[in-house]
Amino acid sequence: MSAIGMRGARAGLRSGAAVYARYELLRTFRNRRFFFLSLGFPVVLYFLIAAPQRSTHNLAGSGISAPLYYMIGLVGFGAMGAMLSSGARIAAERSVGWNRQLRLTPLSPRMYFRVKVLTGYLTACVSIVVLYLCGAALGVSIPAGRWLSMTGLILISLLPFAAIGILVGHLVTADSVGPAIGGLISLFAFIGGTWFPITGHGFLHDIGQLVPSYWLVRASHIAITGSSGWGSKGWIVMAAWTVFAAAAAARAYRRDTGRV
Amino acid sequence: MTTSESQRICLEGLSKSFPSPDGRVQAVRALDVTIDRGETVALLGPNGAGKSTTIDMLLGLLKPDAGTVSVFGRSPSQAIAAGAVGAMLQSGSLIRDLSVRELVSMVAALYPTPLPVDELLELTGVAALADRRTQKLSGGETQRVRFAIALAPDPELLVLDEPTAAMDVEGRRTFWASMRDLTARGKTILFATHYLEEADTYADRAVLMARGRVVADGPTTEIKATVGFRTIRATLPLVDTMELERLSGVTSAERHGDAVALRCSDSDAAIRALLTEYDEARDIEIRGGGLEDAFIALTADEEAEAGADVFGDSSVELADRGRLA
Repeated sequence: MSAIGMRGARAGLRSGAAVYARYELLRTFRNRRFFFLSLGFPVVLYFLIAAPQRSTHNLAGSGISAPLYYMIGLVGFGAMGAMLSSGARIAAERSVGWNRQLRLTPLSPRMYFRVKVLTGYLTACVSIVVLYLCGAALGVSIPAGRWLSMTGLILISLLPFAAIGILVGHLVTADSVGPAIGGLISLFAFIGGTWFPITGHGFLHDIGQLVPSYWLVRASHIAITGSSGWGSKGWIVMAAWTVFAAAAAARAYRRDTGRV
Repeated sequence: MTTSESQRICLEGLSKSFPSPDGRVQAVRALDVTIDRGETVALLGPNGAGKSTTIDMLLGLLKPDAGTVSVFGRSPSQAIAAGAVGAMLQSGSLIRDLSVRELVSMVAALYPTPLPVDELLELTGVAALADRRTQKLSGGETQRVRFAIALAPDPELLVLDEPTAAMDVEGRRTFWASMRDLTARGKTILFATHYLEEADTYADRAVLMARGRVVADGPTTEIKATVGFRTIRATLPLVDTMELERLSGVTSAERHGDAVALRCSDSDAAIRALLTEYDEARDIEIRGGGLEDAFIALTADEEAEAGADVFGDSSVELADRGRLA
């Protein structure tokens, strides 16, 4: 094949992958059960907890209003859940042999995972935006600068969860993926301090600093304090989780494609 | 690359084993098969014969322990990247939440020179279902959509692993009708099937596998002729089967009450000999062997041989077992 032909074919594949990604998104956003469960749950939770306390402007003496406090907690929780569940949907695709079918197309594994991560990000973004709107509905307002840097850091914090979701999608069956992801989300939320603030010292605080959900919650603290306090420790923990989970996911993918 | 290589599919010395609780199971043993461009080949064999493993290696889904695969002079992955291969795997369904048209478009977009989506839907008889969501299809409809996906790249080689397994009689008929259109377009087709009738009717050639080996490979008519012994049945009391087995053209004889059944390698010679020696034989019937008989004969021989292997018995024992089978 000539160089021009080669380039043409590559460009063709790129646009082919774009079409593929478009349908992948369409099908994600069409799956009402998935969408409403991963988006609706944090919203319902938010209104259940925050709405009755909407006039509490100084939650437990922290100087933070209840709607703001619970919003930033649930933004991280919802985005994390959306990201993990997106990757985990691979389990359902594997159960119908779709991954094998895709291996019979020119779509590379790399591109396949990129599309998965992209889909996860878009789902997470919808979750984030919806919770911001819910917060606004309860009177939350955040300075634009803080709001932007918080969102940016939350998006970065989602990377390890993208890899973990894809890993889980390759490790469990379609039957067990629901409980697996549900349990994982709860565990991350609990240890990371999404539901209850982790303060001071103690066992949970030490463990908490080693899980990515802790730093995800810290990212949303920018809304309150103007700083996440990630420091080098936060970046290292997040990078380590991303690298290890991605390597484990790649390994699980290779093992899974060895023989079905 | 020589011209001949680019015109055929070569599986050379393919072997594959899998771990199992009882030690490693050799699924495919030193398999050699060559398929010329434009051929329609049926891959036959009982469960566990190694058909799906062979197909997985041909498609590059499985790495062989030994041996090579060349698809028109290219590796499986190169051939797939070029859109030269389409396949319908044995088990599998469709992902949900897309319409049939959307799903077929999604896959077709990935290939360099796909068939137009409308043509694909028309060709596989799913045009009427184009707007239906994939999760609402019946088993047979799902199979046809999977067939459309296999055809999406406009492949030179089409591989189908038991394509009609989930189809009803009508679905099977339409499926093979569209297959005939494809053969007319000069596609190379390899299909694995349990339905011997399908192989007999639609394939130019059959490759019979048993226990990971090729036990017969040739035009379906030839396979039937070489191993599909004709059988002579007759009412013939009081004659020892050992005597009957000595007749020319007879390979084995069985007695069922007054009736005898003679399996013949040359039924013409056998009938002459029978009537000359035993003119009391009555109610004579000569039945031609179908591919099914050939299949049973060949795979049974293979089983007997494997049994002999296990027990480490002599060739005399082996011959006995062959006769019993």
